Amino acid sequence: MDWLTDSKIPVGKTGKTIFEWLRDNGSWFFETVENVLDWVIELTLTILQFPHPLVMIAIFVAITWVIQKSWKTCVFVALGLLFVVNQGYWDETTESLTLILFACLTCMAIGVPIGIAAAHRPKLYRAISPVLDLMQTLPTFVYLIPMIVFFGIGMVPGLVATVIFVLPAPIRLTHLGVSSTPKALLEAADAFGATPQQKLWKVELPYALPQIMTGLNQTIMLSLSMVVIAGLVGADGLGVPVVRALQQVNAAKGFESGLVIVVVAIVLDRMLRVEQKS
Amino acid sequence: MSAVIFDNVSIMFGDKPKTALPHADQGMNRAEIQEQTGQVLGVHNCSLEVQEGEILVLMGLSGSGKSTLLRSVNGLNPVVRGAVRVNDGDDMVDVVSCGKQKLREIRQSRVAMVFQQFGLLPWRSVAENVGFGLELAGDAGRADKVKTQLELVGLKDWADRKVGELSGGMQQRVGLARAFATQAPILLMDEPFSALDPLIRNRLQDELLDLQRDLKRTIIFVSHDLDEAFKLGNRIAILEGGRIVQCGTPREIFSSPADDYVADFVANMNPLGVLTARDAMEPGSGGDEIEAETPIRDFMARLKDETLSVTENGQTIGQISAQSVVARLSA
Repeated sequence: MDWLTDSKIPVGKTGKTIFEWLRDNGSWFFETVENVLDWVIELTLTILQFPHPLVMIAIFVAITWVIQKSWKTCVFVALGLLFVVNQGYWDETTESLTLILFACLTCMAIGVPIGIAAAHRPKLYRAISPVLDLMQTLPTFVYLIPMIVFFGIGMVPGLVATVIFVLPAPIRLTHLGVSSTPKALLEAADAFGATPQQKLWKVELPYALPQIMTGLNQTIMLSLSMVVIAGLVGADGLGVPVVRALQQVNAAKGFESGLVIVVVAIVLDRMLRVEQKS
Repeated sequence: MSAVIFDNVSIMFGDKPKTALPHADQGMNRAEIQEQTGQVLGVHNCSLEVQEGEILVLMGLSGSGKSTLLRSVNGLNPVVRGAVRVNDGDDMVDVVSCGKQKLREIRQSRVAMVFQQFGLLPWRSVAENVGFGLELAGDAGRADKVKTQLELVGLKDWADRKVGELSGGMQQRVGLARAFATQAPILLMDEPFSALDPLIRNRLQDELLDLQRDLKRTIIFVSHDLDEAFKLGNRIAILEGGRIVQCGTPREIFSSPADDYVADFVANMNPLGVLTARDAMEPGSGGDEIEAETPIRDFMARLKDETLSVTENGQTIGQISAQSVVARLSA
């Protein structure tokens, strides 16, 4: 078997070379990204943490009422967030919410247009499909290493790692929604003289809206599932106590912080869930 | 003046449609062409003139190419060879070669379409669906036009409902109103009533004829149902395997079918709506007078116990009785 192992294909080395080249030549780019993101994240965090937690909870309940129009959901959201405050994790929760907010904004801003483009060009979708698989299956730790190299320790590498992992979801769901627009509706639009733009805005996007909203929901949930990983690279938030509990083999703290993550996840899901109308 | 002229229209489906044209020119049928070239024949060398204000019915079995031909008028199906000239007000524009921008103008203001499966946007209200064509054309004052159309098709009270809440018949009324709303003088109807149950279908056919009496649009109507074709059509073009086999008034087709295919169609229909007093009269005169062009169906009941005189321009040209009708039908 020596002939097979003797000349090892330099996968790892190549990867390292690419990362080093990027670090050496792209540092100005990464530094700019890091500084801008750091600044907006800091700002958002200040806004979220400025009011008293009870005021923020009231605002969250109000948002829930506007979206869901259900007092049961409002009560549930209030109780869930009060539980978080009770456990002493409010600051961490706002930090994680900031991370999730920016991860979602980035993912939707990039994912929806790519999804639309892919739906209109089957060849493009075939081309990016393996990349999407790669983004979702490549173990997160693998790209955390270069992230730290590029961005240092902090919120930004956590955010970028989250975006890489989450981005395929909105792309896939937008693609699914837009490409499943019934041919009859597109033909009707054609028959009445729609331009490609009109077809997109008046037929395809309204038709795909439930799928796109499901994509948003998925984006939020997947981002939340990344908070522990983000905690590993120094992003503040609910991941930090989990990581610390792991290092200290502190079962009580681990369970506590884990449960808070679950509660936040369910609260966000109930708050923003879009009921599919049949 | 003509509203639409089909000039030797050939439509093929496949990746190399042009390669199949010589085979079609040799008179091969769809199966042979597909076997030899891999292309699917849509229609071949169809020529037809549609006059302004008439209802022309394209009729044939499924796969005969009737929908394919209809959809070439607004460019939904690309024409491989030939021209489809559409009346654009001042001149005839060939939609095959006119370019995207002109085609869009024609679709917005000259040619509207009604679909078999309605093609309504389910997330919109009835009024928003009716205004869809006007909206695409950027018509700012569409609210009034939409209201007029809704009144015309009897859906005034349903304007703000979602189309999903409506029955099939009402949904197709929305489809009709959407097509009427753009004021397009040419209407394409692709089996608009086939998805509806027979009672509703009959009612919508009557309503369409009523509307047409006032609106006088040019309608090209696709149907596989000969009774429907005879009821609605001023003229009927019968297609078989992508070729037009006969085109004429209902009576011409009923009285002298061009071949067995047409004769088979005609054999399965109710002749009483087509035949007029002239067709079933016999020499002689007697009884009340009746116009020669009156359909037999309209005075059938009276024949039970009287004989009528058939007149043309005030002159008696013959008589009609129960016996003469039976004699004509069994001929």
